[in-house]
Parts: sequence; structure tokens; C-alpha cells
Amino acid sequence: MYEAKYHKPASLTDAATALAGSSDGAVLAGGQTLLPTMKQHLAAPSDLIDVRAIDAMRGITVSEGAVTIGAATTHAEVAGSAVVRENIPALACLAGGIGDPAVRHMGTMGGSVANNDPAADYPAAVLGLGATVVTTSREIPADEFFDGLFSTDLEEGEIITQIRFPIAARAGYSKFPNPASRYALVGVFVAETGGAIRVAVTGAGADGVFRHSGMEAALATTVSTSVLDDVAVDAGDLVSDIHASAEYRAHLVTVMAKRAVEALS
Amino acid sequence: MSDGIGARVARKEDKRFITGKGRYTDDIRVENQAYAAFVRSPHAHARVTGINAASAEAMEGVIAVLNGQQLTGDGIGNIICGWAITSKDGSPMNMGAWSALATEKVRYVGDAVAVVVAETQAQARLAAEAVEVDYEELPAVVQADAALSGGAPEIHDNAPGNLIYDWELGDEAATDAGIAEAAHVTELDITNQRLSPNPMEPRSAVAIYDGAEDHYTLYTTSQNPHVARLVLSAFYQVAPEHKLRVIAPDVGGGFGSKIYIYPEEITCLWASMKTGRSVKWTSDRSEAFLTDAHGRDHITKAKMGFDASGRITGFKIDTIANFGAYMSLFSSAVPTYLYATLLSGQYDISNIHCNVRAVYTNTVPVDAYRGAGRPEACYLIERMMETAAREMGLDPGELRRRNFITAFPHETPVIMAYDAGDFGGNLDKAMAAADVAGFAARKAEAAGRGKLRGLGYSCYIEACGIAPSAAVGSLGAGVGLWESAEVRVNPVGTIEILTGSHSHGQGHETTFAQVVADRFGLPIDNVSIVHGDTDKVQFGMGTYGSRSGAVGISAIVKAMDKVEAKVKKIAAHTLEASEEDIVIEGGEVKVAGTDKSMGWHEVGLAAYTGHNLPEGLEPGLKEGAFYDPINFTFPAGAYIAEVEVDPETGVTQIVRFTAADDFGTIINPMIVEGQVHGGVAQGIGQAMLEQVVYDEGGQLITGSYMDYCMPRADDVPFYTLEHNSTVCPNNPLGIKGCGEAGAIGAPPAVINAITDAIGSNDLAMPATPQAVWSAIQASKAPLAAE
Repeated sequence: MYEAKYHKPASLTDAATALAGSSDGAVLAGGQTLLPTMKQHLAAPSDLIDVRAIDAMRGITVSEGAVTIGAATTHAEVAGSAVVRENIPALACLAGGIGDPAVRHMGTMGGSVANNDPAADYPAAVLGLGATVVTTSREIPADEFFDGLFSTDLEEGEIITQIRFPIAARAGYSKFPNPASRYALVGVFVAETGGAIRVAVTGAGADGVFRHSGMEAALATTVSTSVLDDVAVDAGDLVSDIHASAEYRAHLVTVMAKRAVEALS
Repeated sequence: MSDGIGARVARKEDKRFITGKGRYTDDIRVENQAYAAFVRSPHAHARVTGINAASAEAMEGVIAVLNGQQLTGDGIGNIICGWAITSKDGSPMNMGAWSALATEKVRYVGDAVAVVVAETQAQARLAAEAVEVDYEELPAVVQADAALSGGAPEIHDNAPGNLIYDWELGDEAATDAGIAEAAHVTELDITNQRLSPNPMEPRSAVAIYDGAEDHYTLYTTSQNPHVARLVLSAFYQVAPEHKLRVIAPDVGGGFGSKIYIYPEEITCLWASMKTGRSVKWTSDRSEAFLTDAHGRDHITKAKMGFDASGRITGFKIDTIANFGAYMSLFSSAVPTYLYATLLSGQYDISNIHCNVRAVYTNTVPVDAYRGAGRPEACYLIERMMETAAREMGLDPGELRRRNFITAFPHETPVIMAYDAGDFGGNLDKAMAAADVAGFAARKAEAAGRGKLRGLGYSCYIEACGIAPSAAVGSLGAGVGLWESAEVRVNPVGTIEILTGSHSHGQGHETTFAQVVADRFGLPIDNVSIVHGDTDKVQFGMGTYGSRSGAVGISAIVKAMDKVEAKVKKIAAHTLEASEEDIVIEGGEVKVAGTDKSMGWHEVGLAAYTGHNLPEGLEPGLKEGAFYDPINFTFPAGAYIAEVEVDPETGVTQIVRFTAADDFGTIINPMIVEGQVHGGVAQGIGQAMLEQVVYDEGGQLITGSYMDYCMPRADDVPFYTLEHNSTVCPNNPLGIKGCGEAGAIGAPPAVINAITDAIGSNDLAMPATPQAVWSAIQASKAPLAAE
């Protein structure tokens, strides 16, 4: 690992100052991707700004039909949160299946969403639930946030502070883990919120997380697994790698979508 | 005797391991410590046209940047393969030059071209990135069959067509005739995929040059420090043996990958001399994936003939073995004398012919990995038997029984002489424990849940206790494969056993002590095991090939025989009795049939005081022995895997795994079961999860655990283990060995079970969910069992 200067600001202002004052600073929000990347000499930030001690980025609250989660909340905290389990059990379930216990106790929701790894779990929940990404400067609807592989709508210096999830009438997530990395080879999040059905797919898309409009249309008629049999999943839009061909991923999208529907609660 | 042979004694070494007090090579820190980092080729095949180290040399903390021209200029020899294989046309194998630091060409991604020595590891690594190497890229070849096809890039000038050797074993004409007259012929194309060994502790070396004495010390992660010293001295001319001490302290797993002498140890020794500093290198996991010797990588076409009653009439095999970019230390022996010689399996086959072509490719060198040749043989035979049974409509267990060898000794047509075994008994025990009788009901129940349930057998045999020195010498081995031991009884009666075997997870400090405790009736805490240091143990051939029990312990027993003889002389003299009447039991040395006795410790004291010894007897109580086995040993067993496949996804769960093993005499059942558990887990890893993948240009795709899938706890089932021991007649305790069995026997059992479940035989390892799903789709198998 190259040397980097470590900062642990207590406020968003201090974090912004540290970030602005560094030549090539990076926000450290758990480091479950950034630190391994640095160890492999694939990233060399001059400064690391650790945001986990910033109060404004912590805590889980419920109000006005939404659960708001601080961006520095760890996956384990989300998985174990009574508020989340009661209001959006599928989100707690998803968080409990990320990585392994060490990852879940270090990695944070904001870190995962900002990184937008095409095989990460959280982007499926953010997009599937139609959440709002709250940053230091604005609020970004999920549909406008994700912008291709490891790319988001975030601007230079902009930090995610919270993510606000509408409380769905019911939601379900089903993940097919990559046997090696245990990231999502395919993960499908299905949610019924305010009478509308959203289907978000992670792990499979050549451009990262995406909504499947065909499935959404089919489920809008009847929320059942059988309607998904007739929905085509185009392998042409999907990733092919040593772990799974695009055809296999396309097949798994249907299977995982059905299992997510079965898991709706 | 609660601590003796057969007792489940808790491992003596575990206190230090589980409390973090183990002392591994990377824990060694010496005065004047400097650190090495290697500059490695990013290309699979390229000419090195220039190395510019100027900016690296100017960096903070950099002591030296050294390259291959300097290394060879100082007379450091090339890395060699120590087993000479002769092609069937009589020509010697084509061994290409392998310099520890590449000179003119690099031949795989990770090939070292230079080394940086610096004050800290971080400085060394930073400077290594700053060394500018000019490469002229060459086309690369990765797959073994592609390397043999015309027009493939040639990797070594002295290996035309990339062919290292074209070797055969067995009678081809007789085998062809046997197959020609068969009532049924089964043909299979089998790939045994490339694996990465992944010991928990990565490789490491600390080299210390003492200029005043012109003496070298090397701490290293080795399974055989004496062999390392021999090779470093005799072939690489690093230093003569008496000026080189090699210490392999605690070593965290090897699986074969730490048998070999690698470029890094050689370079560290030489760099220590060049810089006058102690030079330390420790691999990180990425470097381990890039440079640790891989295993397997065979492509095989085979056919087996059967007569109308299901008896095998002939077995013909054509294998291409991928050796990677260079010939590693024992690479040549793996697909020949550790593979082809086991192709008779547990079966009475008159005619076998095996042809093996070994080839160079632009990949990491391939050598022995847990099982080494025998897993490849077992997988081929056992898939063949299962496939043939299905094709002939016979029960796979029954087909095996019709062909089992039942009389011993048995000479196979591939030069092995099986000494003992009970193959039918192994299968009986496994079938009973696996409740094969209840399988049909379980399959039906699973079908009700939409799952496909399958059962697969594997009846493996392996040759362990490697090996009779004269025999392996006649086959081309450059070393003898005996083992040495020394038994030192201290004046107070405690015992130190010096052994040439090396423990890197096997629990020798416990099992070896149990053997000694059992023999003399002493508590095992009075016995300690010394190993892994060429200055303490005179010589040894190390630990691999499941040899430490059968060969290493046998040497200890032989040395104990000599100790016992001397103890009896001393006791007989002291107790005024005849030597023949002296018995040793329960820590006492007694005159049989009398109440006359002396304590074991009193004999020790008598030996060292020398006050009252028989005339002419030397003082002291220390004996050594070299034990050379008279045959291989033949562990064998029957494994049964039962799986459930989710036809929707191809996800396969092993729901039962039963292993009935014949390891001969078992010293510590707990440790033996641990070896089986670990071996089976590795076998399941090969069957379902693991595979090294290079892209066509020779870049390693599976360079981390994100892509290389190691078995985790939830990938493996609980195991049902049975033992059906027949004593090995050829060593003093009847030990056969147990270290590799699981990795050999498990893969075909798992694949046979999955192919049974899905009703398609077109399935290669690793049987990932995608592979299983694709096989189901391809065969258009019904989505539920009948």
C-alpha cells in the first residue's frame, strides 16, 4: 500500500475541508473496497477522509413513510436494526447477506452505494425501493443516481450523508452469490411501493444495476411468479465472465426474480 | 497405554498455534535486516531487451537492484528438475534453462527479472515498480493441446514444438488387442483442471550471509529443508553444503507447493552475499497466485474395453500434461511414475497402455499438488467405471466388484506391486455407512421437492510411502527417497527424536511422540520431536507423498530398535540378568519373571555416567537409522457422495459424504480423520469450485479469491468416516499413509454423483452451478427425477 494521510473529521464541514485540502483525497467509508484496492497498488489516494465518526451520517430513523439511514451505517447495523426489520424487512435481510461478518461490521451503506460496484447488493435495494440519495449538496432520486459501472451522479467532493427509503407495502430480495467472491452473480430486488412495482437487478447488467421494465409491467398485472415465465430477459445486455455466461445470468434473473416475489413481505 | 498407538491424543503443537505463538519464517527478524521485492514480468512471453534501474536505485532506502545477468555472472546455476524421464524414442527430456532471475526471455506472467533490496518492505516494493524493463512481446500459448499444435509459439529453444517428453508405459499392442475383442468399449475425454495450492502461509525466505565465515543461513517455508540445501548447493552453487544451513521453522501448510526450490530463495541467498545484508522476502497472496507451483492440468483421451461379463479387457490412455513455463523440481515424475503407474486402480486389468506428452506453456510451472498424479489417475478410472456401468446397465458398485483385485500381492501391468488391501470390504463398509439401500427413497423424496438427487462412487488407490531408493533411481529420480531418524535418550530418560520428516500441519510432534511413548511406556510429554533444521538433523528427505508415517516413522522405529538393544545390554549388566530376559514396559526395564527392575531414567543415567557399563560398551544412549522402504504403500478406500441438484439454478449441495479408508495401522485416529476431512474438502474444491484460469494471452484471471474459489465451511458437508485397515506388510508398524487420500478419492465421487443426478455425463470439473445447469440444458434432462 502506498502511504496516505489519514483524517477522521467529526463533522461534514471538517470532512469537506480535508477533502478540499488534499491533492487527491478519497472518502473512506468502511474501506471494504478501497483498502484492498490500495493494497494491490491499484489506487493511491493522497489522503483518506474517514467519515464514520460524523454524526450527521449516522443513525436510522423512521418518519413520514420512510426509513432514513445514515450513510456511515454499517451493514451489520442495518441488518440488526429493529426499525429496518419492522418497516423494510427485505432491506435488513439484504444487508445481512453482504460479504461476511467482518465486511458487514466495517462496510457502510454509503460507501457501497457511492462505489456502485455492479455486483453489490445495496444498489438493487436503492433502485428497487426508489430511494432518495441525500448528499452534502442535494437529494438525488435513485433512478438518476446510478450511472454505469462504478460510476454515479455524485460530483467531485460531494458526499452521501443519508439514504431515504420509502416504506414499501412489501419487498423481497433474492441473491445468487458468486461462488468465489460471494458478491451477487445476480440479485433481484422486487418492491411494491405506493401501488407501483419496481424490479431492480444487480450483478448481471453490463452497465451495472438496472430496472427490468418487462418484469415490472408483468407484475403490475398480477404479483405472482407465473407471470414472469413469459417475460424475456435479454442476455445481450448482461455480463459474461468466467463465473457465468450472459445466458446463464439471464436465466438466473428470472429465477431470482421469482424467488424475490416469493419472498415478498 | 493412553498416549500410545491408536489413541486420540490432542495435538501437542496446537497450544502454540492456536495462541499465536507459532514461529513462521516471516516471524524471523535478524540484525541488519533488509527486504527484497521482485520485479516481475507483466507479459506471458517476451524478450527482455533492457533493464534500467537508475531511478529505482536513487529511491529512498534502496540498497541494491540486482538482475539475472549479475546472478548468472556470479555462477548461480539454473533451476533444475530432479527426475529424468526418457521419451519412448530413447531421447532425454528437453529441459529448458530456468534462471532464478530471467536473462533473455520471460516465459510467464510473474517471471522474475530483477530484485530490489531495500531497508523496508514498502521501500523495496515501491522501488520495484520504478525499475524500467523493456520487453519485446512474443506470442504466448496457455493450453497444453494448443502448445503442441503446429505453429504454436516455442517457449524454449531446446524443446521443439514445446514437447518436453513423449513417454509411454505398458504394452500398446496387447492393450489394443484387448480393446478390439471387447464386448463394450467406453470412451471418455477428461480434463483435470489446473489448481492453485493456496497454503494458508505464503512462501517466505530469510537469507543471512556471514562474510567472516563465508557461511549462509536460510530460513524458508520448505517441506524438505535438507533437499533444499542439497539442491541449492549441488545445482545452484550458492554454497557448499557445510557452508549452508537451511531451517524450515513452523510452516503453515504446503500441499506440495513447498517441496520445490523457487527463484526467490536462491535470489535472497545470493542477494544477501551481494549486499552484506540479511535479505527477507515474504510473498503476498497476489504473488502466491502468480508464482506458487500449480497442480494437475491434464487433458486425457481414454478408452476401456469390457467383456460380456463386465470384466475389463484393456485400458488405453493418452494424456497431455501442462508443465507451465519451466520444469519444476519433481514435475516430470508427476504425470509419469505418480500417474500412469496407478492406472490399474483397484482392478485386475491385464492390459494397460498410457502415453504421456509433457509440454511447455506460458503459465506458472506445474508440479506435485496434494495427490500428485494419483488424483488424475483416480479421477479418470473412476469416471470411466461409473460411465461404463451406466452404459452397460450395470450397478456401478457391482461393476467394480467384478473387477476388484482380491488376491495379494498383485502385480499390475503398470509396474506396481500391490501388497495388501480389501477393496470389497472397503466398499461394503462405505455402502452400509452411506445407506445406499435407502437411496431410492431419498431420491424420490427429493424429487417431491423439485430436487435431483444423485449417488456417486469412487474406489481409489494410491501409492504412498515414497519410495524405494533403488527403484526410483532406476526410473530416473535424482535422489533416494529413504528417511533418517535419530533417537536421543537424555541422562534423565527424556527423549528427543530427530527426524528428516517435516511437519507443516500433519501433527508429527504428536504422532511421532505417540510411537515412542508406546514403544517404551513413557508419557508423550517426555518425548519431543526435532525437525526442520539441517544443523540439528543430519539429513532427511522431507514430507510429501504421504510418506512421513510409512517412511519417517519407520526410520524412528529402526533407531528405537538400536536404542532398545543397548538399553537391554545396560539393564542386563546392572540387574545381573541375561539380555534376552529384559523387557521394557510402563517406563520400567525389567527382568522377565522376577521382581528385578530399574526405571527407564535410571538406564539413561547409567548410560551417561558410564560408571558401570558392560565391558566394551560405549557410554551414551543415542542411535540413528536410515530406513529405505522396500515397496510403496497402497492406501485405498471407497468414497460415496450423495448430492442434491437444484435444476433451476444448477446449485449442487453435497448432502452426504462417506469415506471408508484403508490406511493400515493408525497412530492417532483424530489426526488421521483431520487429514481425511482436509483432503476431501480439497477434493470437493477441485470437483465443484476451484480452477486456475488464464486468458488467451497468458494473463492470470484467477489472481485473487474474488475469482479463485476456495472451499468454505458451507461448501462442504459433515463427513461419515469408516476405517477398514489391512496392515501394510512392508514396514514395521504396518502404516500406509493418509495425507492425500481425500484429495484423490473425492473428486470422482462428487462428479459421479452429480452426473447421476442430472442424467448427463457431459460434465467437467469444476462443476459450478453454471456448469451443472448448462449440462442439464444440453441434455434436456427432465427437471425432476422420475
